[in-house]
Amino acid sequence: MKDLDDLKQGIFQGQKRAIARGLTWIEQGRQEGKLLAQQLFAHAGRAHVIGVTGSPGVGKSTLVNGLTLHLRHGGYKVGIIAVDPSSPFTGGAILGDRIRMQDSVMDQGVFMRSLASRGHLGGLSRATFGALTLLDAAGFDKILIETVGAGQSEVEIMQMAHTTMVVLAPGMGDDIQAIKAGILEIGQVFVVNKADRDGADHTVRSIRSMLGLTSEHPDWMPPIIKTVAEDGRGMEEVSQALFRHHQYLTEHGLLDRFRWTQTEHVIEQAVSDLGERLVRQARSESSWTKRVSAVGEGSDDPDRVAGEIWRHSIQED
Amino acid sequence: MIRVLVAKPGLDGHDRGAKVIARALRDAGMEVVYTGLHQTPEQVVDAALSEDVDVLALSILSGAHPTLVPRIMELVRQNHMDDVLILLGGIIPEDDVEDMVQAGVAKVFGPGTDTNDIVRFIRERVKDE
Repeated sequence: MKDLDDLKQGIFQGQKRAIARGLTWIEQGRQEGKLLAQQLFAHAGRAHVIGVTGSPGVGKSTLVNGLTLHLRHGGYKVGIIAVDPSSPFTGGAILGDRIRMQDSVMDQGVFMRSLASRGHLGGLSRATFGALTLLDAAGFDKILIETVGAGQSEVEIMQMAHTTMVVLAPGMGDDIQAIKAGILEIGQVFVVNKADRDGADHTVRSIRSMLGLTSEHPDWMPPIIKTVAEDGRGMEEVSQALFRHHQYLTEHGLLDRFRWTQTEHVIEQAVSDLGERLVRQARSESSWTKRVSAVGEGSDDPDRVAGEIWRHSIQED
Repeated sequence: MIRVLVAKPGLDGHDRGAKVIARALRDAGMEVVYTGLHQTPEQVVDAALSEDVDVLALSILSGAHPTLVPRIMELVRQNHMDDVLILLGGIIPEDDVEDMVQAGVAKVFGPGTDTNDIVRFIRERVKDE
């Protein structure tokens, strides 16, 4: 399994071990992983990528499980990427999304992988795009990405998923929270989960009234669907809404635009990564202390120092 | 990054120990997948395979280890996961430890184990890439 071509063949055949190892390569971010992602890219582009976001505790994992079971009944192959946060102090992580996905993941037509955010902000992992490409190339029809669930900085999912599904639950945070989170602008489908609880209709009404205030998607009015993911209620309606949105994107020629902005985003992200590396490099050099002192004493300014670090790095290349 | 699956195969409903281990490994900078209670050997190995973990840490308190562990090892071999380090914890009688090691478990950690010893053992055996 060490050879790139073997791995690629295994991925095309949908072998779990090959897919799993390929994802590890991509996550490690080394040259072989980059090469793999690049070569797989030409074979990707068929899957419908669906983002699942929302605050912790609204039932995102349970919904992914329920939806996966439903989609499997329809004969679709489902890939799942679930992102959990890494500790900013130790870099470690507990990845617990599998706990609520036990019913669906054993199926041969399902592949589920947990990713840690590894310091990446925005609710996803740096490896998300590569992971999507791989699952797409492996022939999964539907790819579900579950975000970290911090709720307030999850905008990146828009760049990765064709359809972003925002999950809420009755009594979880008031209307103002939702506006503050900017969560209404990113959703193309809204799900009020745990709808057997008190206040579900109230939550639906507040989403509807707030959606009325935004005009982000003039041709697409985001549906609001009540679900009880635990027992499968509402899964049919959710999957219908997802299909309709994908159809809408196709009919309006929006898929190409999506691909373009996604690619832009991925390049932007790579540039930011470069910047982060520059910072690490600069900190490890002996001149760092001198630079910090100079700025601290007022004899230099941060922008000039940054320019110097940047120029210095170009000379070294 | 070292990735570990902490798994609870079998029917016992006690995962306090498994959770303590999961936290300790996370605090040591590892990524720990936890799958919850009542896993079949098939589920455990499927998760380890999909998550491509370096370490599979099993916690069994039910006394069913003589059947569960050999079955898990059989599936591990079937899936060519020979590079995965297998650890076992929980209530494993002294007399059974040798059998477990024979079956393919790298080490058995009994009650009262210092979590630092487990971290050290993993770090010695797994190359962190």
